[in-house]
Amino acid sequence: MIKVEHLHKSFGEFKALKDISLEIRDGEIVSLIGPSGSGKSTLLRCIHGLEQADSGTIYLDGEVMDPSNKEKYREQRKKMGFVFQHFNLFNNKTVLENCMLAQITSAGRSEQEAYDISMEYLTRVGMADKADSYPSRLSGGQKQRAAIARALCMNPEMMLFDEPTSALDPEMIKEVLDVMKDLGRQGMTMIVVTHEMGFARKVGSRVVFLEAGEIIEENESEAFFSNPASERARDFLSKVFYD
Amino acid sequence: MADIFTADNLLFMLKGAGFSLLLALGAVAIGCVLGIIFAVFKLSKNKILNWLGNIYVEIFRGTPMLLQILFFYLGVPVIYQRITGTRMNANPYIVGLIALSFNSGAYQTELIRSGIQGVDKGQWEACETLGIDYKTMMKEIILPQAFKQIIPPLVSEFIMLIKDSSLISNIGALELLYSAQVLGKKYYDYLDPLIIAAVMYLTMTVLISWLSKKLERRLAVSD
Repeated sequence: MIKVEHLHKSFGEFKALKDISLEIRDGEIVSLIGPSGSGKSTLLRCIHGLEQADSGTIYLDGEVMDPSNKEKYREQRKKMGFVFQHFNLFNNKTVLENCMLAQITSAGRSEQEAYDISMEYLTRVGMADKADSYPSRLSGGQKQRAAIARALCMNPEMMLFDEPTSALDPEMIKEVLDVMKDLGRQGMTMIVVTHEMGFARKVGSRVVFLEAGEIIEENESEAFFSNPASERARDFLSKVFYD
Repeated sequence: MADIFTADNLLFMLKGAGFSLLLALGAVAIGCVLGIIFAVFKLSKNKILNWLGNIYVEIFRGTPMLLQILFFYLGVPVIYQRITGTRMNANPYIVGLIALSFNSGAYQTELIRSGIQGVDKGQWEACETLGIDYKTMMKEIILPQAFKQIIPPLVSEFIMLIKDSSLISNIGALELLYSAQVLGKKYYDYLDPLIIAAVMYLTMTVLISWLSKKLERRLAVSD
């Protein structure tokens, strides 16, 4: 469970997040949506600690995430898997090595254990046959599925996705969304920054709509899309849906 | 005049060339270790380490290499004597290796620093999200990718070192150039030994360029 309280974040003069408070329960699939520059990626990055908020508190399972408490903070961060827009697979490692490295060096698993777990997750995302390929030999969709497997290998309690399909060619988006949908079915808690409205509506349980660094609306997915409460959400939806 | 081209004399110069190559190899290797250490210092958030990295690079890039060689050969023994009261006999090969290494280390610091900074930010963030510690991240992910990008300038650095190792002739290390001078003195003929030395230097440097091009092509395949 994640709880965000009064989060503020600025980049120089630009206020990226203004007083964000949010709660995400176990097993929820929360979609963060909104126009570009609305702060949704920044919020996700703050939750994982890739960015440090200027003020505010983040609780993981009821405990404060405090970077100054290094040991604990490290353990807390390990409970969250992170998937990037640009995959960020290690270029000098094969898919299998990508999955194994952190298991051995940071989770303390044996080579054999790490191998078994890697192959298990690679099979689940349909990438077992590409285990020995270097990232440069993979399509965007394959890279993202490998990156998801790599994150899953660390057995996170929840997964954070930062626009996981935005850098993909259209025909590859579905294969990645299918993997994510499958994960959700198995009860994984997920926070997804996305422009895939179909995914947010059908797979997501809840939508958080941000604009200019503020949460404008929070609602159950179906309710949000069929009947948005705020004017700005209605306006946004009318722009992203072409009919 | 032609009797200068005896097997013995050629062997004598080849041995000199071997020393030059060994010195350059040793210096590029030690310099690389120094380069990694000081590059990490320069990129560190710690102000003191930053400062140390900057001072090191500025001193060794900002003074002549010959001065550095003479300092290590003639100056350091004086410091040693003042502190311990006993004399130190400096071996010109070892001193030469140290001086070349420190000098090359300064240049390699800058090369490696730019290489590290050239690695995509996403690679660092991926390590961070997977809980990979700094040492593993550097060793397994960042440095291998950084080095791949800086192979051409590193090879140039190595070629420079082969040539710069000739400066050690000044402190009596019998490398290639000094071998040529010894023969020149013996036969009152400097032209032939110098030409032979030049050909040997060129053979080494051209060969290294060629090898590095092959290496680059092979590494490009794994991309």
